[in-house]
Amino acid sequence: MSEPLLSIENLVTEFRVEGGTVPAVNGAGYQVMPGETVGVVGESGSGKSVTVASVLGLLPSSGRVVSGTARFAGRDLLAMRERELEQVRGRDIGLVFQDPMTALNPVMTIGEQIAESLRRHASISRRAAATKVAELLAEVGIPSPKERARQYPHQFSGGMRQRAMIAMAMANRPRLIIADEPTTALDVTIQAQILDLLRRVQREHDAALVMITHDLGVIAEMTERVVVMYAGRVVETADVDSIFHHPRHPYTRGLLRSLPRLGERRDELPAIGGQPPDPRRLPDGCAFRVRCDLSGGRAECGFQPALSEVAAGHVSACHFHGELAEEGVA
Amino acid sequence: MLAFIVRRLAISVVVLAGISVLLFVLLQLMPGDPAEMMVDPFSFSGDRAAAVQQRREELGLDQSMFVQYVRWIGEFVQGNLGFSYSTQRPVTEVMLERFGPTARLMGTGLVIALLVGIPVGILAAMRRNTAVDYGATVLSLVAISIPSFFVALIGIYVFGLKLGWLPTAGINSPGGGGFVDSVRHLVLPAAILGLALAGPYVRYARAAMLEVLGQDFLTTARSKGLARRRVIGRHALHNALIPLVTVVAVQIPTLFAGAVIIEQIFAWPGMGRMALDAVRARDYPILLGFVMAVAVLVLLCNLIADVAYAIIDPRIRLSGARA
Repeated sequence: MSEPLLSIENLVTEFRVEGGTVPAVNGAGYQVMPGETVGVVGESGSGKSVTVASVLGLLPSSGRVVSGTARFAGRDLLAMRERELEQVRGRDIGLVFQDPMTALNPVMTIGEQIAESLRRHASISRRAAATKVAELLAEVGIPSPKERARQYPHQFSGGMRQRAMIAMAMANRPRLIIADEPTTALDVTIQAQILDLLRRVQREHDAALVMITHDLGVIAEMTERVVVMYAGRVVETADVDSIFHHPRHPYTRGLLRSLPRLGERRDELPAIGGQPPDPRRLPDGCAFRVRCDLSGGRAECGFQPALSEVAAGHVSACHFHGELAEEGVA
Repeated sequence: MLAFIVRRLAISVVVLAGISVLLFVLLQLMPGDPAEMMVDPFSFSGDRAAAVQQRREELGLDQSMFVQYVRWIGEFVQGNLGFSYSTQRPVTEVMLERFGPTARLMGTGLVIALLVGIPVGILAAMRRNTAVDYGATVLSLVAISIPSFFVALIGIYVFGLKLGWLPTAGINSPGGGGFVDSVRHLVLPAAILGLALAGPYVRYARAAMLEVLGQDFLTTARSKGLARRRVIGRHALHNALIPLVTVVAVQIPTLFAGAVIIEQIFAWPGMGRMALDAVRARDYPILLGFVMAVAVLVLLCNLIADVAYAIIDPRIRLSGARA
């Protein structure tokens, strides 16, 4: 196996709040191989976006990385100075955000916003940048790109804005694209188009893609490998088939059970009981145990389960993953 | 844009007409009688009541309020603001003479307010909850709370009397003294006028910047690897200016209120002092002229605010004019 492109280990990130700090990420880590598509899935507040923000130095001022490493192509991002990190952001790693309504600057033209990313990382003339912008917009499927480049975000539809956002992330041909809930804010009909587009540009540019989402449909359709996060930790990692057909963590199984299926009528979808834990009062031991239907109050759950390899390339953080193996498909 | 400005100007004319009626009525309700003021009870010998009555008829003050208004507004639209009761000089001439010094004072004050208020407010927002922020907030509150006549007296005491650095009265030394001399005369009153306005500007700028600093598109800008200077200077600042330009422009006329007091204290021969003198002398034509000038300035600043707003915000500029 080759070297991973991105390797995050034991990341701990906390936020300052009134009267103390709250951990948002509790030792999470995962790897992304060159050219690979990884899905990161979890409920709101599971730390999937904060992990990425920590690694790229994009945390709000109240956030702080306490410990951990994040190697990108061999260099530790967390040890970099802001100046060095700026060189990585936008050039080696491109980001696509959730809401293209708010993620684009309303008073700058689409073209300016893409061009400034180009000009930041390569010394090219304004004219050359403008030509490149038009090419990029054409590439992401925006008609009459020259005219559209001179328009402002409010003159674009939601789907078009997300296309422009992708063009911006792709501008410097990054080796890694991180898309944070790229379709959540869009109409269902547009979602499929945007996913297709992401897949296409990823393939054409031979980039790795990290899809952060809570939508298992997106995961199934787009990704090769899946990282499941819960309460700031990674609880299971496996290839997408194993995750969907042989989950080895009760949380993953719960997520899959709560999906509606075609050709099957159910009066009520089984949901995971309870609420995601309050990060200020995480239970001792396994953070999932209070909602877990496998634990049954067993004493082992009072200890933090380590990630252990349950099959080739499949790790789970559950004391009883063996019991799930016997059950087979959920 | 042009249609928008024309429509706004048309509305302004209607507003101005309304203001003129209101002012006219209010002035008539003011205690005191200009005709009485003109006949000095100490120096006048003879039938004073008859003299006052004669004066009143000469000035048309015996007519009904309605007739007086129609006469005045009829002249006003032709550009004739009448004659001062006390000096008999044309109001336009008096106002033009006083306009220069006031414009100099207010203009400098405005520049000081902008140059101090906006950067300090933005710095406070960027260093939120630090000593810089608290210091700026406290100082701006102080600037807002302490009346300018008090600050003016302190200023005169410290810089004029104790240190002897700056002159404290007039627009230049008797007999004129060149450019440096007039700048020295300008410093103290303009600084006091400007700093009083800088207080609110600090608060507006801080609020506008804080609002923008929490926006998603700044994270996008940083995700492109842009340097902090560009993220703040290009992305944040431009967006913060949009709400700021409105409040800044709308606040400009409050300088007039400050100027009335400052001009009085510093013996500045401007429109503020002219207005105060006119009040004392019940010089209605001068007062009307002054207040109408203020009204025009207020309307103009509002128009400028709207136009500037549209220019810097493409969402408004490109969606056509608003009413």
